[in-house]
Amino acid sequence: MDQFTLNLLVVGATFALYIGIAIWARAGSTAEFYAAGRGVNPVMNGMATGADWMSAASFISMAGIISFGGYDTSAYLMGWTGGYVLLAMLLAPYLRKFGKFTVPEFIGDRFYSSSARMVAVVCLIVASITYVIGQMTGVGVAFSRFLEVDVATGLYIGAAIVFLYAVLGGMKGITYTQVAQYVVLIIAYTIPAVFISLQLTGNPIPGLGLFSDATSTGQPLLTTLEGMLKDLGFKTYTEQHDTTLNMFLFTVSLMIGTAGLPHVIVRFFTVPKVADARSSAGWALVFIALLYLTAPAVGAMARMNLISTVYPNGTTEAPIAYDARPDWVANWEKTGLLKFEDKNGDGLINYTASEDENELTVNRDIMVLANPEIANLPGWVIALIAAGGLAAALSTAAGLLMAISSAVSHDLIKGQLNPNISEKGELLAARIAMAVAIAVATYLGLNPPGFAAQTVALAFGLAAASIFPALMMGIFSKRINNVGAVAGMVAGLVVTIIYIFLHKGWFFIAGTASFSDADPLLLSIKSTSFGAIGALVNFAVAFAVSSATKEPPVEVQELVESIRIPRGAGSATGH
Amino acid sequence: MADKSSSNAYWKANVSMIRVFLVIWFIASFGMGILFRPMLKGIEIGGTDLGFWFAQQGSILVFLVLIFTYAARMNKLDREHGVDE
Repeated sequence: MDQFTLNLLVVGATFALYIGIAIWARAGSTAEFYAAGRGVNPVMNGMATGADWMSAASFISMAGIISFGGYDTSAYLMGWTGGYVLLAMLLAPYLRKFGKFTVPEFIGDRFYSSSARMVAVVCLIVASITYVIGQMTGVGVAFSRFLEVDVATGLYIGAAIVFLYAVLGGMKGITYTQVAQYVVLIIAYTIPAVFISLQLTGNPIPGLGLFSDATSTGQPLLTTLEGMLKDLGFKTYTEQHDTTLNMFLFTVSLMIGTAGLPHVIVRFFTVPKVADARSSAGWALVFIALLYLTAPAVGAMARMNLISTVYPNGTTEAPIAYDARPDWVANWEKTGLLKFEDKNGDGLINYTASEDENELTVNRDIMVLANPEIANLPGWVIALIAAGGLAAALSTAAGLLMAISSAVSHDLIKGQLNPNISEKGELLAARIAMAVAIAVATYLGLNPPGFAAQTVALAFGLAAASIFPALMMGIFSKRINNVGAVAGMVAGLVVTIIYIFLHKGWFFIAGTASFSDADPLLLSIKSTSFGAIGALVNFAVAFAVSSATKEPPVEVQELVESIRIPRGAGSATGH
Repeated sequence: MADKSSSNAYWKANVSMIRVFLVIWFIASFGMGILFRPMLKGIEIGGTDLGFWFAQQGSILVFLVLIFTYAARMNKLDREHGVDE
């Protein structure tokens, strides 16, 4: 059986599984559509959160970025896990106690203002759409490879499938489907990593293999990699090249963005008790850590294997001839994500750091998917990783679309424009919102502002600057009032989005940027790191404005006191 | 339902616990992984140094321990103050 048929079979089988579960658990009432009736146990919820959380950015893109960025990209690893500590301590238990369905509902009630709720809806939609653009990039890469088409066609097919999939089930369908998706994606990620770690170091645990000796040289793996990179003129892997300021702010931004992203927060609304919200965050991190502890090993090992493929006799000898290239190179050439240009006409693939001499361009987003092929692993492992990548992208895209559609139908239409809308009308509005969000994200995904994980990092910056500070101040301070919160969210969102647009183009449209991340506007702060500054602005403005205006009414202060105490949570209500 | 002074004491205990956990959280990630890395250069681990290990492995392990410890301690605190469910 050839690889293409095998890919289709494995991917088809996993899809049949998800769709089967979605149909079996089809959402009936609106309450089930949004929050799965609150009957989800913490371990299962943790696993579903893991699938929800680990998107195309984590699965497909992150290790590839680490592979080329080395130590500098550690912010992704620390940021996207450390945020769970903040969630567990600062947000999840109190929001569960509050007991409503959506993040804007909390902000609207706590800041006793429908404008606060509307601003939260806008923040949520902006962050989530940016996030979906990143997912679409990943979906395009995965589909283009496994269907062997160019990346734009892959993106269109992927968008159609994401839409069908998200519309079919609500949260309930998604919760159980996501447990299945987690299992598929974690198996798909770790099996090739274990094989590769065994090949390169003899250690079956990739996270330990990364710090073990390479069997080829007897030297530590990272020392061996550094040697290869040095021969070819690339920058070192384990040393710091980015500024400490930017690394610090980038990590802050990803951490608090994690705690401010609505599709993750709503997960904690679905556990039975307040205590379960805390442990759910822990379980989520357990399942996430399985991938995140493996990712840095995948990154370093993929880079090593890539170089060894091009230089089969060592980096000081001649590279491989283009005609003798392995099948995986030829396969990825079809997608347009890997390119060879014989600049000096010698028929060899010269891969070096020098831009004038380098003949091989590798899109970072293909590293994880290509990894098993590069390491010559069996066909079923290659098919499995395609299925895993798609599971990761689909589950997160679906979760985000749920968050967007509930913000529009529940918070905007039912909460503001037309409170008398029927349940049926509300579900219809939710589905239309999903369709529009997918269309926008697909259009922008054709010319994405960065690799999948970088685009997603921008979404985190936006959530960090707008939603996280409002939620945290709403719980930990009784003094922040309606005007303060609204001013804070608007200020945080606006400065961050302007900074991003200045560096990535207005509305992410190519060619409209005034600055680049290589030479940013402020100090060495890249657009992906600016969320931390935006959050600071949000906090400062909210405090300043609140202390100059009237303190919140007594009943709001009582609300804050009540959400701080677990007892009496009960089940949630829709209004 | 717990009375007001007991729930104030509960909240105070919670906030001071959060403060301690956040200090550890900060040291394990921003500290060991970024800010103090130059000082940890001497401690070698598999071809690199301890700071690199914390940035790519250690911090995540510390986060896991932190969340479960916090959850367990809070369950105890909930019961002590009679605010558990």
